[in-house]
Amino acid sequence: MRKAYINGVGCISAQETLDTIFLEKAEINEKDTIFAIKAPVYKDFISPVAIRRMAKGVKNGIVASAIAMKEANATTIDAIITGTGLGCIEDSEKFLKAIIDNKEEFLTPTSFIQSTHNTVGAQIALGLQCKAYNLTYVNGSVSFESALFDAKMKIEEQEANSILIGGIDETAEFTMSLFKLAGFIKKENESPYTFLESTTKGAVYGEGATFFVLENEKKDTTYAEVLDIEIINKLGVNEVETKIINFLKANELQISDIDAVVLGYNGDVEFDDYYKTLSENAFTKTPQIYYKHLSGEYNTASAFGLWVGAKIIKTQQILQIISVNNLKKEAYKTILLYNQYKGIDHSFTLISKC
Amino acid sequence: MKGVAITGMGIISAIGNTVEENYVSLVNNKVAITTIENISTVHSGLNKVGEIKKTNKQLADELQLSSDNNFSRTAMLGVIAAKQAVRNAGITEINEYKTGLISATSVGGMDMTETHYYDYFEDENLIKYISCHDGGDVTHKIADELGLKGMVTTISTACSSAANAIMLGARLIKSGKLDRVIVGGTDALAKFTINGFKTLMILSDGYNKPFDNDRKGLNLGEASAFLVLESDAVVKKENKKVCARVSGYGNANDAFHQTASSENGDGAFLAMEKAFQVANLKPEQIDYVNVHGTATPNNDLSEGSAILKIFGAENTPDFSSTKPFTGHTLAAAGAVEAVYSILAIQNNVVFPNLNFKIPMQEFNLIPQTTLKHKNIEHVLSNSFGFGGNCSTLIFSKSE
Repeated sequence: MRKAYINGVGCISAQETLDTIFLEKAEINEKDTIFAIKAPVYKDFISPVAIRRMAKGVKNGIVASAIAMKEANATTIDAIITGTGLGCIEDSEKFLKAIIDNKEEFLTPTSFIQSTHNTVGAQIALGLQCKAYNLTYVNGSVSFESALFDAKMKIEEQEANSILIGGIDETAEFTMSLFKLAGFIKKENESPYTFLESTTKGAVYGEGATFFVLENEKKDTTYAEVLDIEIINKLGVNEVETKIINFLKANELQISDIDAVVLGYNGDVEFDDYYKTLSENAFTKTPQIYYKHLSGEYNTASAFGLWVGAKIIKTQQILQIISVNNLKKEAYKTILLYNQYKGIDHSFTLISKC
Repeated sequence: MKGVAITGMGIISAIGNTVEENYVSLVNNKVAITTIENISTVHSGLNKVGEIKKTNKQLADELQLSSDNNFSRTAMLGVIAAKQAVRNAGITEINEYKTGLISATSVGGMDMTETHYYDYFEDENLIKYISCHDGGDVTHKIADELGLKGMVTTISTACSSAANAIMLGARLIKSGKLDRVIVGGTDALAKFTINGFKTLMILSDGYNKPFDNDRKGLNLGEASAFLVLESDAVVKKENKKVCARVSGYGNANDAFHQTASSENGDGAFLAMEKAFQVANLKPEQIDYVNVHGTATPNNDLSEGSAILKIFGAENTPDFSSTKPFTGHTLAAAGAVEAVYSILAIQNNVVFPNLNFKIPMQEFNLIPQTTLKHKNIEHVLSNSFGFGGNCSTLIFSKSE
């Protein structure tokens, strides 16, 4: 079976991650309930005329994908596959508000045009003049993993050699106010918002765009090989360990083979048990990593998680800022990522040094 | 075997609540483009739609949902069609095999969001609807109602979404990653899309006339349709009846404009070319093309050019758009038209392209305007969406 390698990455997040080695410039923020991205200099990548028309997520997607392609030195792209939970929610909001506020009169199409979930993938294709396979997944916190799964399958099917995949989500004011109302986002005035010892419900939210170039060939720039991905809609807290054991077994591995486990802790006391149970049982001897205290929670935050995993393999180090249990290892060869959101959309991703 | 087995299908659309009802409407020219009743919109007098004449309350009662449910209309339509498909495939134990669900939607729970937008802050009883906005919620609700545990995901590539879900499903079976997968799409009518297409000035003020020189745009519609795809091993073991097979699929990007298609139909051509490659079929083997045919000036010009390029002016097979019956059901269209393609194969018929009178001046393409009976082995179905997303599926008679 043909293998799939991560050969380039591009990450726009709440941290400085665009031209850093890893997370050496990362800062912990325990006072905000919503993290904004550290915006890149868009005009270095996109024409000023286009910048004005583009939504945040589109701009971030274009920049992050360009950086990933540059690093991988990828000139021809055979597929563009994106994942996004809420899509271009800023434009959706804008158009919907206009409909309601103006009673369906005096509307202009711009924000409607941009509101489609596949806008980012489409705009990247347009920019690259790439007529290849182009797909967008929108399934909560497995949106990105669905894209990764599809891309790996495309390489195995010998349908593509070089694929751009990415996870993009943006925050938008009104939607965030609804999420606060619904309790998805933590209440104000309860800071400091810690992640591992949290006693409160809801998550600290964020946004970002993380892109990868996945290719069938190993290169000088290769970060890791993507061994396997599994997506499961629903699991109970006590079912996760068995599922992980079976997933590893299918890859001829066991828990002791895992050099680090990247967990999606988001500080929501209601659902972090999914991770805590693993931390305190199956993986007590494994270096444990968390990252959403740096990126914030959003449907495609797990793409930031994969970026973290890939960087650990490349740099062979676990920075203190992302360590859950202070364990270290001589070498980091095989890394498992596990993520879920509110008890649904579980994903296991396995990557390894090559 | 020449493709992935389809063992069940389900549909709810403006022209019928079941596969049988849809078929009866198609062969009797029973169109369902009407004045909108379930949504209050200032455009109701001017723009007709393909609406399912059931209120949300009726749909919820039919599904026996509890009063504290937070189902969007999109989710309810999805559950109805998916349940039909599973029943039609004779499945009693949904998790007996490694089973997945790949759905598609473009509006998701937008119908609830737009209804309650500002009221969320006034009425705490409405807060439950906030989480039903996103596309994934729709698919989760379908999975839960089916009792399905496994790979569940959602595709959203505008109006080609469901075709892409069927394509992914076929690949999952072919690669052996799943034994069985339920694939399709669902989209309810919403003020959001009615106004969106209105601002793009591609809504017809009358009845849509695909491939007619005087076509003025589309009628929106709402629908949901699902197919059950199963591996040959399961088909054999369970001695399943195979409705038809997914033999080819292709997706390409037009890379021309965010909402408009290129005049020469590059993306559409590439998608069809790819589908032929996968199916290992030649264009002359196609007996019927169920075109995307939205009846917007732009789509039909672009699709027509691509069809001429791939089939040749002399050899264009019988083709028709079924959107005059149902309206354009957006993310569900690819699945709705997959069901119609399978019906065409099962019943050896070409459905008529209604409302056509005058050929387009750009080329000599005449759709099949009356019901035609003939042997049908292979049907090609196109679905194109915003973002230059072009998808083609080929369905074949099972041997």
